[in-house]
Amino acid sequence: MSAIVKRAGFLTSVQDLGRTGLRQFGVSTSGALDSFALRVANLLVGNGERAAGLEITLGGLQLRFDDERIVAWCGGEFDVHIGSTALPAGHTAFLRPGEELKFGRPQIGCRCWLAVSGGIDVPLVLGSRSTDLRGNFGGFEGRTLRDGDVIPLGIPRQSPAFAKATVDKQDAPITGISSWTAPHDWASPAKRDPILRFVRGIDSSRFNDVTIQHFASVAFTVSPDSDRMGVRFDSPELQREDNVDLTSEAVAPGTIQVPPSGKPILLLGDCQTIGGYPKIAHVITVDLGIAAQLRAGDHVRFCEVSLSDAHRLLLERERELERFRIGLSLQGS
Amino acid sequence: MEIIPLGDSALIVRVRDRFEDSPEETLDEVLRTFQQLRSAAIPSVIELAPAYTTVAVFFDPVAVTKVRERPDEVFGWLREQILHVLAAGSDRGKRRKTKRAIRSVEIPICYDPEFAPDLDDVARRAGLSTKEVVDLHSGAEYRVACIGFVPGFPFLTGLPKKLATPRRDTPRKEIPPGSVGIGGAQTGIYPLRSPGGWNLIGRTPLKLFDPTKNPPALLGAGDRVRFRPITREEFAAFAEATAAEDSLKRHVRGK
Repeated sequence: MSAIVKRAGFLTSVQDLGRTGLRQFGVSTSGALDSFALRVANLLVGNGERAAGLEITLGGLQLRFDDERIVAWCGGEFDVHIGSTALPAGHTAFLRPGEELKFGRPQIGCRCWLAVSGGIDVPLVLGSRSTDLRGNFGGFEGRTLRDGDVIPLGIPRQSPAFAKATVDKQDAPITGISSWTAPHDWASPAKRDPILRFVRGIDSSRFNDVTIQHFASVAFTVSPDSDRMGVRFDSPELQREDNVDLTSEAVAPGTIQVPPSGKPILLLGDCQTIGGYPKIAHVITVDLGIAAQLRAGDHVRFCEVSLSDAHRLLLERERELERFRIGLSLQGS
Repeated sequence: MEIIPLGDSALIVRVRDRFEDSPEETLDEVLRTFQQLRSAAIPSVIELAPAYTTVAVFFDPVAVTKVRERPDEVFGWLREQILHVLAAGSDRGKRRKTKRAIRSVEIPICYDPEFAPDLDDVARRAGLSTKEVVDLHSGAEYRVACIGFVPGFPFLTGLPKKLATPRRDTPRKEIPPGSVGIGGAQTGIYPLRSPGGWNLIGRTPLKLFDPTKNPPALLGAGDRVRFRPITREEFAAFAEATAAEDSLKRHVRGK
């Protein structure tokens, strides 16, 4: 009923879909920076979408399970192995007790999300199992994982996915890895030099047209000074019309704000709940998973879409996920 | 009043343009808006967050399309709902003319030099003695304009003008929890160990943020706050009582 952390890797934390309802008290969402990737991984192993998994940054994680589990992961281009067998993104694998799961360094992107059948069974804190790394609560003891941690796992549902994987494993005892898979774009959303789509920012009138055009046409370089709170960009700098700090108001994951330095910051799941820097743009929800893969040195471009396009793209993805969910339930029957 | 999109899954209801002109009325209006929207429980709305001049509304666009099929109507539909709720609320408010009770919270603060590394600086800038600073700071009545920065951090408005002090040039890397600071025209309390650039003039033994409680924050936007000076001994007694409560809680949870 647990996973033993042989190596914790660079930065691994327990995350679910995040904490809601407490922004008024300054508590940020936290949660998987690509919540869609975690939802897909959870569905693949027969969990409810909201089950907690592990967010793995830059790899290095080695896990061993003390009982039978199904696992699946989605995210950047990582080399993942069970013993000597490779486990590609978006496939499910059946692990016997004692088998070891290893995450190498990513080729593209920097994060991935691992779902384990039964979910990570840490206590709910303020309605979520996500780790709040700024407040040091939730998740596993309110912190990132360390070598030697023993992580509690929940009881797997006797789901069709679980039953099928069990049978597959008996039929093909060597691999134990599913042939069916999640759509490629969902399992591996990381791209080299990606384009992020945005809607106009709430303070875009504080920038002149030239600056906005500049923002939507040049490539920005990701700074090493980026983390779960936000992606910082080294260059180029954006000209603000004035240097007046605004009255602080809400910001959200996806918000791009421009501090006096002119170097924009794209906020992610651990961002503060309020901010006083002008907000030039907001990355649309369906592209937050791509934003979560940005790492130092990557080049990013931004492309404007309308608010209704942002909503249409989100709705289409939800409908596809619904079809995928139905497809998975038929797989097992 | 304006309603503006904050990305594709949130919007901001801006109740007033400026805060400083009339902080009390602005806060009251923001809170009224917050409470009206909260009790209306508009479908698809996930949560609300008041701050200074605004109430942010976080929503699930997919849930909206269950009510309104077309994705190009998501924002328009929500906007309509919000306007409707606020119009109905202001009619009712006029008829009843009732004032909602505002919570008052007293916070003990120890201004002992051990907890107040910047008290001398603040006094020098204001041209006051440290005792005068303490008297002014603990004599004023404050209101929570918003909670943010880190979980549970209250931004308090109402600081006597003489005490306004610019933030420190170099922020401290680590500030102990409970530290009371002055940053510009505002005062606030650091709930968690965190970095920060405000001038530290005291410390409270109370926990401003406790994730084992719901709500986890001691204060909420709109609360009235008064500070009560306490001695080093009282601080120690308070801290001991809090620690005892914590260990009791751990014990109970352990069972």
